[in-house]
Amino acid sequence: MEQHVIQYQTVHFNLNGKDVERTVDVRASLTDMLRNDFRMTSVKKGCEVGECGACTVIIDGEAFNSCIYLAVWAEGKHITTLEGLLGPNGELSDIQQAFVEEAAIQCGFCTPGFILTAWEILESGKEYTDAELRKLLSGHLCRCTGYENILRAVKKTMYKRLGKELPKT
Amino acid sequence: MYDMKALYQARDVADAVSLRLAHPEAQIIAGGSDVLVQMREGKRAGKELISIYGLDELRGVKMEEDGTIRIGSLASFSHITRDPLIQQYLRVLGEAVDQVGGPQIRNIGTIGGNTCNGVTSADSASTLFAYDAVIELTGPEGVRRTPIGDFYLRAGKVDIRPGEIQTGILIAKESYENTFGHYIKYAMRNAMDIATLGTSVNVRLSADRKTVERARVAFGVAGPIPLRAVTAEAAAAGKPVSEELAAQFAQAVKEDINPRDSWRAARDFRMHIAVESARRAFLESVKLAGGEL
Repeated sequence: MEQHVIQYQTVHFNLNGKDVERTVDVRASLTDMLRNDFRMTSVKKGCEVGECGACTVIIDGEAFNSCIYLAVWAEGKHITTLEGLLGPNGELSDIQQAFVEEAAIQCGFCTPGFILTAWEILESGKEYTDAELRKLLSGHLCRCTGYENILRAVKKTMYKRLGKELPKT
Repeated sequence: MYDMKALYQARDVADAVSLRLAHPEAQIIAGGSDVLVQMREGKRAGKELISIYGLDELRGVKMEEDGTIRIGSLASFSHITRDPLIQQYLRVLGEAVDQVGGPQIRNIGTIGGNTCNGVTSADSASTLFAYDAVIELTGPEGVRRTPIGDFYLRAGKVDIRPGEIQTGILIAKESYENTFGHYIKYAMRNAMDIATLGTSVNVRLSADRKTVERARVAFGVAGPIPLRAVTAEAAAAGKPVSEELAAQFAQAVKEDINPRDSWRAARDFRMHIAVESARRAFLESVKLAGGEL
């Protein structure tokens, strides 16, 4: 049999505000590295082919499916997982609190991914229509909530951040 | 873990070329939203990969001195959609690539990967065909440019030669200037779906906006590779703008396209939606150009 040489590489990046480095197998996905080497268990392994969005993380301000992202590509990047949204004493961020209030959660498996995509949407500082929000959230599958409460949580937080009244529907 | 034999990461374009020559069997990986998925599915399992994802010099959209728009091969779909040059001159391309997969896919997927896959359903490809895009490849002999129509050889196969990587996509000023276009993706779902048919139309009207100076239409999934409907284009050129012209233009696409039966849709259905999409996209393009109907 052909000899297989395992390649390792040291990756330096910023994880949730802290500079870190790890030597990883080049075959690892970013999901593998975040879960196995950093215990970032909010990063869920769902479909592992970029369909379900459960593994979503923020890389340099944009949402990516970490399951189809090589761990070694993290070099020099700023990565945020759900753990990074918590305040210094473990306080929930506005968008997390809105998910709680709107019951936008049932089993919780899709939640970290949804919240991080919502974070990218909210950080843009723009006001989106419902149709636009649905499209922006469409890279996630949720089998529990039927999506309405998730949409409501994102919308509520968007209006709150914009300092506007949530329109009555 | 991916089942890959080895990973080679290019440091710059010249390094990518050397890696291609040193490892001719290796698969090039840009954003990986197709390659890594195929690797997971076993189709590309056990292969060597050459990653060019780190080559920042291949990102971004620029205008060259002669007005040519240069899209770096690693420009992501979401960056293309948001790019001011694209919004001003090639809005239809930004709208087309905003229909690829879902938001996270559009953050990782690149226009270079979308075209190098050689698949007919690529959402960027029909618009690039409709604008006579030129593909720039860099290899051991230097830079080579080829029209996109020649770049696609057959389904899943494009003209990338040993040692080459795609470095840019160019659209000449003559091609995009004063044009307005519309793309229609026909798919079963609004997100995370592959086009059953993709239709990209663009028009240039006369100064009084009463005559079609030039009309172009290209399809994805109307043949094994993306294609232009030249009979329809000729039927519209120089004719007065009207609803009837839209109908004639749309009917004429049947002369040029050759869709197949697949599990997604039957040939007859694709013929039907090709005509209807061409009509609607033509009318929308004319409206965007300020034409009155």
